[in-house]
Amino acid sequence: MLQSIVHVILTGLSTGMFIWLVASGLTLIFGVLGVLNFAHGSFYMLGAYFCFTVLKYLGANFWLGILLGPLCVCAVGFFVERFFLRNVYHIALPYQLLLTFAFVLIFDDMVKMVWGAGSVSPPGLATLSGSIEILGRKFPVYNLFIIAVGPLVALGLWGMIEKTWWGRIIRAASSDREMAAAIGVRVPALFTSVFLLGTWLGAVGGGLAVPYVGILTSGMGEAIIIDAFIVAVIGGLGSLKGAFVVALIIGVLSAFGARFFPVFDMFLTFILMAVVLLWKPQGLFGGSK
Amino acid sequence: MKKPWGTLLIILTICSLIGLGIFSGRFLIYLTIRVMLLGIFALGYNLLLGRTGLLSFGHGAFYAAGAYGLGFFSLQVTGHPLLAIIVGVLAAVILALIIGFFCVRHTEIYFSMLTLAFGMMVFSLIWNLRGLTGGDDGLVGIMRETLSFFGLFKIPIKTDRQFYFLVLAFFLLSTWVVHRLQNSPFGLALAGIRENPNRSEFAGVDVKNYRLTVFVISGAFAGLAGALETLLESNARPFMAHWGHSAEPILVSLLGGLLSFTGPLVGSVFFIAMREIIQRFTENWMLWFGLVLLVVIMGFRGGVVGVIEGLAGKSQKNLKE
Repeated sequence: MLQSIVHVILTGLSTGMFIWLVASGLTLIFGVLGVLNFAHGSFYMLGAYFCFTVLKYLGANFWLGILLGPLCVCAVGFFVERFFLRNVYHIALPYQLLLTFAFVLIFDDMVKMVWGAGSVSPPGLATLSGSIEILGRKFPVYNLFIIAVGPLVALGLWGMIEKTWWGRIIRAASSDREMAAAIGVRVPALFTSVFLLGTWLGAVGGGLAVPYVGILTSGMGEAIIIDAFIVAVIGGLGSLKGAFVVALIIGVLSAFGARFFPVFDMFLTFILMAVVLLWKPQGLFGGSK
Repeated sequence: MKKPWGTLLIILTICSLIGLGIFSGRFLIYLTIRVMLLGIFALGYNLLLGRTGLLSFGHGAFYAAGAYGLGFFSLQVTGHPLLAIIVGVLAAVILALIIGFFCVRHTEIYFSMLTLAFGMMVFSLIWNLRGLTGGDDGLVGIMRETLSFFGLFKIPIKTDRQFYFLVLAFFLLSTWVVHRLQNSPFGLALAGIRENPNRSEFAGVDVKNYRLTVFVISGAFAGLAGALETLLESNARPFMAHWGHSAEPILVSLLGGLLSFTGPLVGSVFFIAMREIIQRFTENWMLWFGLVLLVVIMGFRGGVVGVIEGLAGKSQKNLKE
């Protein structure tokens, strides 16, 4: 029993880390730009597919894939922000949401056109394969690696935002865009850079997911963006701390659901969401607005 | 548009719809039924989006509630179509009340995300509860039985042509109801909430209750469309609750024009026609819809109706900027 609970928790934590990687980019972009990016799940998906392509054509060096794949997605993100999103910051919110939604439709179908509508399997990787024994049962090393990556990313983000000059400018611009512009911050360029960082985080999540999920499908972005939305709502929109904590809770909760009540695996998450919304409508870590 | 011309246009449209039902071929009849169903869905939906300014990504759930409500009732209890449609709409209303209770406490982004999440919850329930809902197979074998009213009259709706007129009746009824709603004090209060919720609150409008009411009303229309589609296709599918389907009335309303009454109707015609044409050439028709959506948002936020009104010299309307 203990063995099985520990393993479910570990599995849940590794799932939670992927949700965190996507939710962190989503939250960062929302916190600074004020735009909820529906297409963020597509960046996760594109990250996975680009990484897959690098692995396939440049040899199966996983680290190279993780380095190059997300960079390609950043180029896509740059295109989206510079030529489309930048022009709609001032218009009504539904239009902004729908603009990013249009990109979901476009990217999903483009992936189907380029990589085929079926699923693709990446080549077997030697890096971090194998497993170690925990409480008498085998657990993949790669999942432990993922559990370590999540907090590192969180630490890096925290350091970047709290301790660097760039982070200080970001905090200034996100609390008062016009004031920041008035004292000489180049807000459009700053927004582009934040959007690229967020895109990169989502894409890295996708790249890391390649060995984890085993097969890539064009629906993988949609599945994770809904989890990321739920995390953002429960954690409090714009709160990175909330996103981190809640992503882990959701990961573990759905792992328990999948193990013990398979029919209701997603249902537990939704019940948690409903309870939190009744109790704290702004989310667990959300400030009052 | 001046009043007498407007009346003439309405009469002409109704006459041509009736004529279409009598004279046209089966394919065109099927497509027109599809347009009308999407029209009902989008008209009701646009009360929420265009009129009240709330962007819901979960109305597929109510569509599915209508479909599965009708399906269960006609498979388990009786196949009487009118009763089954009423049950379907009631199911949608109840679900909209529950989901709306949680969602209307929030606005803007929170509202959109919550409706999306709850909609997908309904989808995952339908998908997982295989014993009850048939899982990914859906509910199948729902028959279109003869319409009767306490034995007073009997109207068969077995063929698509006969069914067409039932859908037409519901379509005209829905259009009339939505039109009345939009121009009632209730509808004006909704527009007030869209423009400035705080001021509406100060003016004595119970904003939260108005939002919940319009949410439920739009859910009821979604349920009606879902129930009718189930009768048309004789099955209810889980995809009806999926967010890809929830996005359809949004695309339709945006394409036609969010702030005009006729926008969703014009949009439905364009949507179905475009889908038919694009699907001739490519499997990936969503890509093309995405591109159309981009163009509409970047350049033509008034939609088709907005462009026509602009050509006719009227000023462009937009959601508040």
